[in-house]
Formats: sequence, C-alpha cells, structure tokens
Amino acid sequence: MNKKQKKMLIRILAAAALMILFSCLPIDGYLRFGLFMIPYLVIGYDILKKAGKGIRNRQVFDENFLMAVATLGAILLGDYSEGVAVMLFYQIGELFQSYAVGKSRRNISDLMDIRPDYANIECDGQLEKVDPDEVEIGSTIVVQPGEKVPIDGIVIEGKTALNTSALTGESLPREVEKGDEVISGCINMTGLIRIRTTKEFGESTVSKILELVENSSSRKSKSENFISKFARYYTPAVCYGALVLAILPPLVRMLFMGLSPEWGDWIYRALTFLVISCPCALVISIPLSFFAGIGGASNAGVLVKGSNYLETLSQTKIVVFDKTGTMTKGVFEVSGVHHNSMDQEQLLEYAALAESASSHPISKSLQRAYGKAIDRSRVSDIEEIGGNGVTARVDGRMVAVGNAKMMNRLGIVWQDCHHVGTVVHIAIDGEYAGHILISDIVKPTAVEAIQSLKKASVAKTVMLTGDAKRVAEQVASELGIDEVYSELLPADKVRKVEEFLAMKSEKEKLAFVGDGINDAPVLSRADIGIAMGAMGSDAAIEAADVVLMDDDPLKVSKAIRISRKCLRIVYQNIYFAIGVKAVCLILGALGIANMWMAIFADVGVMILAVLNAIRALFVKKL
Amino acid sequence: MKKTYKIDVDCANCANKMEEAAKKTAGVKDATVNFMALKMIVEFEEGQDAKSVMKEVLKNCKKVEDDCEIYL
Repeated sequence: MNKKQKKMLIRILAAAALMILFSCLPIDGYLRFGLFMIPYLVIGYDILKKAGKGIRNRQVFDENFLMAVATLGAILLGDYSEGVAVMLFYQIGELFQSYAVGKSRRNISDLMDIRPDYANIECDGQLEKVDPDEVEIGSTIVVQPGEKVPIDGIVIEGKTALNTSALTGESLPREVEKGDEVISGCINMTGLIRIRTTKEFGESTVSKILELVENSSSRKSKSENFISKFARYYTPAVCYGALVLAILPPLVRMLFMGLSPEWGDWIYRALTFLVISCPCALVISIPLSFFAGIGGASNAGVLVKGSNYLETLSQTKIVVFDKTGTMTKGVFEVSGVHHNSMDQEQLLEYAALAESASSHPISKSLQRAYGKAIDRSRVSDIEEIGGNGVTARVDGRMVAVGNAKMMNRLGIVWQDCHHVGTVVHIAIDGEYAGHILISDIVKPTAVEAIQSLKKASVAKTVMLTGDAKRVAEQVASELGIDEVYSELLPADKVRKVEEFLAMKSEKEKLAFVGDGINDAPVLSRADIGIAMGAMGSDAAIEAADVVLMDDDPLKVSKAIRISRKCLRIVYQNIYFAIGVKAVCLILGALGIANMWMAIFADVGVMILAVLNAIRALFVKKL
Repeated sequence: MKKTYKIDVDCANCANKMEEAAKKTAGVKDATVNFMALKMIVEFEEGQDAKSVMKEVLKNCKKVEDDCEIYL
C-alpha cells in the first residue's frame, strides 16, 4: 500500500469505529446528529470537497457529487448511520479498487521483469557498470552468470547457457558460444561471456518488447469502448430516473389516488438510485481484464499488441499457416539414408568429408548430420562440378557426391528416392553406394499444434506455400491440415488470404501465421497477423498483431485459448455488473432494496469483478 | 505528431473522462488514456505547439476530474 492508501485505511477504520460507538449510545436529536457528523466528515470530507469543485465546473454527474447528494440526503431524512455507512463503503470500494489495480500493475511488470538495469563495460581490466543507454554499437560488454544480457549482440568470447524463459516462456536453457547471436533480456546462467553489441539499447529486443507490452492496452477493444460509452449514458440516465422517482409517484399519489404523498419514502428511494448510479465497477473491470490477459500472455511468450487484437483473436475460426519456417524448421536436415551398400554412419562420413570444402547449404546439412569434427587431411583432390556435385579422394578412395546429373555424367546407375526432398547420391570408387535424403523437417510440435487448434474449435486450417506441390501435400497430410495451396508467389498468398476473407462471415476471424520475414503483406492483410520466432526480428514485430517469441506453432492455439479465457471473463464481468445494477435499480424503485443493499451491491460487484478480472492473468494451464 | 505523457488518476471512469476532455481540446486530433499503464497518448493536429495545447488539455482534464495529473 502506498501512503495515500494507508491514510485512507486509517480514515476508514476510525470512521467505522466512531460510527459503531455512536450507534450504541442512547442519544437523540441534535446531539446524535452532531456526533454522527464526526465520522461522516472523517470519511467523506474529500468527497464533499470534490463535489463542491464538481459543481463549480458544472460536472453534475460526477461520482463525488452523486455520493455527496445521496449521503447528505439520507442524513437530512434522519438516517444518520446510513449516510455515514454509504460513504464508508464507497470509500472501502475505492480503496480496494486502487489497491487491486496497483497490485496488478506491479504483478504484470514483475512478470515482464526483463529490463536490464546496467551493462558491464571492461575498462583497464576493471568492470564498470554503465547505463545500457550509453553503450554504443560495436562496444564489448561483459555478462556475468546471474546477470541479464542488456543489449543484443554476438558472443565473442566464452560459452554459457541462457535462460530465455522471461522472453519466450520456454524453460529449457539455450546454449550459446562464440559467434552465436544473443538477444537482450535473457539471463546468463553458467559462464562469463563477452558480447560485441550489434544494436543500441533502445533498438534491442528487450526495449522493443517492453514498449510493445506497455502500449498494448492503449489499443482499446470494442468491449472497452462499449463500456465507456455505456457509462457515459448510464449515470445521467439513472440520475434522471432518481429525479422522476422522487417527484412523480408522490404527485400521482397525492393528486390522483388521494393518498398521502409520502415524500420522505420516495426521496429515500431516489437517493438509493444515486448510490447505484456510480459506474466504477463496470468501468474498471474491463480494461483490467484485458490488461491481465495481455500480461498473462506475454508471460507465456505471446505478445499481443492491443486489447482489440486479443478480442479478435478470440473469434478466430480460420487459421492460415505459412509452411517454411512456420510448420517446418526451414533448415534442411538429413532425414534418411537409403539403398546404402555400407553402414549409414560411414556413408555420411564419406559424404561430409567430400563436401567439406563447400559452403552450399546441402553440404552444411551433411556436415551437421555427420556431427564430428572434419579432418581435412583425409581429403584431397577436391573438384567441384557446378550444378552437379563434388568429387574428392577420401582416405584414398574416390568419392563422388551429387545429384542425378552427376551420376549420369559418371555413368553410374542410381536409384531414385520416392520420398520428398533433395536427394544426394554417393558413388565410391565408381560404384553406387546409396543416397542421402535431405529435407525440411516438420517441427516436432506441428502435428499437436494442428490438433489443439481443432480442439479449440477452429473450423479450418490452411497451409500456403511457395514450395512444390508434392512437398506441400506430403507435409499437409502429415500434419492433418484441411487445405493446402502450393507453388504460390508472395502476391498469390495475399490473394488467397483475400479469397478466404471474402468467403467467411464478418464474425469469424482469419488468422495468418508466418515467420514474419517475407510475409509482411499477408500478415497485415489478415484479421490477425501472427508472427513467430520473432526473437530479434524487428520486421516481424512491426508487421504482426500478435508476436510469438519462440517458433513453436503450438503457441498459436495457446494464444487463442488465452484470448478466449480473457474475453469470457470480460463478458462475465459486463453481464454480472450490469445485471446486478439493474436488479438493484428495480428493487430500489419498489422500495425493497434500501441504501445498505445498494452500496453493498455496488462495492461487492466491484470487488468480485476485479477479482474475476485478475483471473485472466493465470494462463499457465491453458 | 503523437506524444505520450505519464498521468496520475485514481479511477477508471475518471480516466475515461480525461480522455473525453482531451479529445475535445482545440488542437488535439485524437487522444487515448490508458488507465492501466497510466499513460496519455495525444495526437496533435498539424502545426500545433504541443506544449501550449497540453496546457489546455491539463486545464480541461482538471475541470472534469480535479484529482488528476498530467506530467508534462
């Protein structure tokens, strides 16, 4: 609690104690009035003061003014304890609200506790702590175990494991060593590393993310706009209702029914209306729900750029995926060795050694699959035949590695592969030794990702790719994707997405998931653009509405579930708060609900709505 | 031109009122108050001096909600 809140708590306790004490005293008349004015002023002086200012500024529908009228009215009608109690509970409600909001603000900034406070710069062998803002591009910074990486850069010395959980929600540490890129916001866990910075602090990942999260609740959702509009009409409407209630029924009773007007009773009912007219419970819980939802999502590695996007995301019915880099890893890996006349390992070894001088992606993936250090001394007479492959002498044996053209050229009989991918044939000493299949690997969670989308009642999943039809269809059937469109140019992808947008109804939303690098036009055309693997990619963060910090497609359904939970809470709060208010208004008009009930309903609804809103923060188990 | 200001206000409805008041101020094209982040984002009309417009914004906000602050 801050100072303001503590002061209010003391005032509440003092006023409550005084009120209870005076209620027990057997006193009457002016003395009773005078005594009750003490707790009333203790608890309500600031409200009265603000009400006065409100009148001067012609703000008659100001809450303070309404509260002042309601409580003073009750006191004038002789209900001293009620007047004090209403003011007391109103203040309790305000205090709780301010405490809860402050608490959730802190909670969310704790969740996003990635802001580095300093960077270490080495100066004459001594480490010096400086403001990350002051570090220039190309400087060398030192990150010790336990510290946060303050600025994006490249490791130039040392190796360590980085904890990226604050950024990606991924708990597995990431190993980095010399030459690897590191992004700011990760926590260094094991070893000391030196980093050459490649960006300024303001342009680093951590700054971008913080900026994005902090500004996200500025883009307001339809529900928020609805509720603030509602509040604008609700309060005046109820106030006029109160005025009518105070005047009309007594006049009718007096003039037409010949009954006594009972002014006091009807004025009391009107004052009850004024108590109910405060819109705060409604107005606070909606932005708070969205704020908590966005906070919870960012903790799970899903950055949502605005409440409006969270709202749209919850209505997603069609999810369109890009293939390469989204559903597949986008890096080529050895996925099989076939028709081999020798041991798999040995064949790979020959291929990797023969290709050791090449920097072609294919030879890189061969070397990765081989996995051991390459002893160049075993290789000689390397000859690269452009567009065909490589011949080389390995351990004295003549090795030819290449495509079908290469084999034909050497007059070697080869066998085709019925799998999809790039086939690398190998011949040793003029004899066919088998082929190695290299293909883009489907991400391990991709199948589960599609299944969980189906479970989240997404009606249709689509995959768009520039890749060949055979490859696309194989991947699609492997994953269980409903529709697949292949051999598309980037412009075709936009056209396809537009076709889908035209086909669906307004209420069903279309999400496009891409890796953000060359999908920017599609990302912005879809109802919701989701970019994944965005760590360190500014382009993706710019273009997308939702950013997945790691490249796990499973997060798409998680993001949808988070948004659904948040929106469910928002609607619960809207219906609950408006419903209770409506019931209270009816009961108040009928004279069943008194002012006590009205204030309890008001404050109680607010507390429940706020507690419900905070539930949106918990998304771990979704 | 868009600028972001830190604000201080206690209740969500008051924040909405501030937003309304800021929007109605001359020289302001659009304004958003983010109650949860306690920020006000003001988009000024072409050729307006942000400083003098913001003084008016603050004055108008004070009118609808006395207990608010904009850190200029």
